[in-house]
Amino acid sequence: MNKTWLIIKREYLTRVRKKSFLVITLLVPLIIVGFYGAIFAIAISGGGSDKQKIAVLDEGNLFDGNETALKDDNMAYIFIHGETEASFKKKYKADGYSQFLYIPQLDIQQPSNIKLHSQSAVNLLTKSRIEKKLDQAIEAKRLKAAKIDPELYKAINSDVSVDNTIDSEKGEKKSSAGVAYAVAFAGGILIYIILLIYGTMVMRGVMEEKTNRIAEVIVSSVKPFQLMLGKIIGIGAVGLTQFAIWIVLIALLQSVIPLLFPDMFHQVVAQGGINAPAIPQSGTQKMVSTISEGLGSLNIGLIVFCFIFYFLGGYLMYASLFAAVGSVVSEDQQEAQQLMLPIMMPIILAFVIMSKAASDPDSSLAVFGSLFPLTSPIVMMGRITYGVPWQQLVISMVLLFGSFLLFTWLTAKIYRTGILMYGKKTTWKEMAKWAFKRG
Amino acid sequence: MPLLDVQNLKKYYATQKAVDDISFSIERGTIFGLLGPNGAGKTTLLRMITGIFYPDSGDILFDGRKFELEKDVQNIGYMPEERGLYKKMKIGEQAVYLAQLKGLSKSEAIQKIKEWFTKFEMQTWWNKKVEDLSKGMGQKLQFVTTVLHAPKLIILDEPFSGLDPVNSNLIKEEIFNLAKGGSTIIFSTHRMEQVEEICDQIILVNKGKKILDGGVQEVKQLHKENLFSIGFEKLPEGPYATPAFDLAGTKNQSLIVKINEGYTPNHVLHHFIQQGAGIVSFQEILPSLNDIFIKLVEGTPLTRQFQPVTA
Repeated sequence: MNKTWLIIKREYLTRVRKKSFLVITLLVPLIIVGFYGAIFAIAISGGGSDKQKIAVLDEGNLFDGNETALKDDNMAYIFIHGETEASFKKKYKADGYSQFLYIPQLDIQQPSNIKLHSQSAVNLLTKSRIEKKLDQAIEAKRLKAAKIDPELYKAINSDVSVDNTIDSEKGEKKSSAGVAYAVAFAGGILIYIILLIYGTMVMRGVMEEKTNRIAEVIVSSVKPFQLMLGKIIGIGAVGLTQFAIWIVLIALLQSVIPLLFPDMFHQVVAQGGINAPAIPQSGTQKMVSTISEGLGSLNIGLIVFCFIFYFLGGYLMYASLFAAVGSVVSEDQQEAQQLMLPIMMPIILAFVIMSKAASDPDSSLAVFGSLFPLTSPIVMMGRITYGVPWQQLVISMVLLFGSFLLFTWLTAKIYRTGILMYGKKTTWKEMAKWAFKRG
Repeated sequence: MPLLDVQNLKKYYATQKAVDDISFSIERGTIFGLLGPNGAGKTTLLRMITGIFYPDSGDILFDGRKFELEKDVQNIGYMPEERGLYKKMKIGEQAVYLAQLKGLSKSEAIQKIKEWFTKFEMQTWWNKKVEDLSKGMGQKLQFVTTVLHAPKLIILDEPFSGLDPVNSNLIKEEIFNLAKGGSTIIFSTHRMEQVEEICDQIILVNKGKKILDGGVQEVKQLHKENLFSIGFEKLPEGPYATPAFDLAGTKNQSLIVKINEGYTPNHVLHHFIQQGAGIVSFQEILPSLNDIFIKLVEGTPLTRQFQPVTA
């Protein structure tokens, strides 16, 4: 049997069989979904049973005593009569109101002096809700004064949104900047996390072999390169397994939660409408359709292919660097931290460039970052959703593949020498010398 | 044809000639001692023989042909001085894994491990983890994994370190058995009493060079100092006015004498018989390997100095 395969199998099985693997693999999706759940729950608890009661003293007769104009899911407006602002502001709290809205006699063209009394500062959401109600009422009065039919006004009123169309040989398709941004950013972050988590896992694995003094036993049976490659591939497979389980679990949980709490989604979306007042009545549907249209506009096949390519390429390249670092450090954790730093820097730099590239994909920095092999796995994910010229994509992929080969070749030589060295601190100069030594 | 033939092997590091033109050959079935002080280049030499390092120049012939890592891995069992096992792995699984890396099939490996575990009374260990073992127990396991695949050449670097006398003997017995079964064993150490007990052939390296080569008895004869111990009923009074020997010391009822050049033990015995001393015993004292080792290595600095390489 092929020996590299044996090593891959061992590296994979010992990690997957660990209890900690199981715990992390199951906990992470639960935490993520739980987190969303908590956000939903908090968002909903703002309204619902906990309705705020607001007293309205309408001296200006803005609402003509018409409570339906003020009807709202989130707050109860109650008109009061026979009070003055001065007298009622002393007792609205005792009467069970959380706020007291006072509307004086108004000049409809220049409304002013409307006051909202409260015990503590009113939150922005509530304030904007009330302001919206007042705006609508004042608008209606003005229309009436100008003798304009409200229906006519509604017909005239313009609410336009611009559809961005991308013209390519394959014909027109609609684009959605928001969705492209979200997918780009998510892809970039995912690769960033993969590189860090599994890269350091490779490093720790190599350090373990060295401190356990098993490295020399093993390399008398297999080539050091086989050992390194087996470890890198084995841990990569662990990463893929973990991601596959996460995706399945998150998908399952997300489809289960709306079934358990059917009202939740609608309420949240309904409230979301307040944050974005521009979205008209059918905001929910429109948002959903924007997202699905946006997703449809993306070249999902290309994105998935690129994600897998850059995940593998980036992981293999960085894992070999991490393995080289692991091979030269002896027991000292601090030494490992120091030597890791130069490898972490391009990863972090790539993350910074990626977050810029996701909003400005054609800037020269983004283009450079997506071609330069040390940053391209992360940065290219930030650009890919906006469409990247195929020449750039090819150059980037070729460069990444080439530097994967180069780095593996160099680091294998460092690794070969490093794992058999004990009790000596290795400098960068020495590592470079090992890497470029012949044979 | 020797099993292993090492010819003019050289390995220079930036600051040291780790192995400097060493040649030797090992016959089949012998137990071969590789001796030398710390830093003499033993480990580097062994790493070249096992194919972990490439020599700068020189040849290693294994079984009459050039050594090839892929083919010869199964023929070599190497227990390095810096040795260890995966701590978190179960012992049985680990032994199977190491045997598979040596080229055994899984069923073959399991069968052989069971045999060895029975021999060493380790049957109950199979599902334990290495971290549960004491150092000595770990050494036993390490020995088993080294010889499991019945290699032609077994290389043991300080195999007895960390073992108690009982387990030391157990391993020693197995080393003899393996040699009887036709395996060739290279035994690297600086514990001389073990070498005298176990080895047939030795070489001594110092500062990367071979300074001694031969059978254990041969070496001793070569380095003998014509010392004899003569036991008496009653120690004779000195001075001993004879040119045949000088007195080297007394010990209980014995005199230790150094016979001078041109004289034989007969001259010495004749001298004492004439004096009428009652001789109980007469015995040649051969130097111990320890003495030879110290004598040869002495005068060179204890720890190796770094030297510039001009090659």
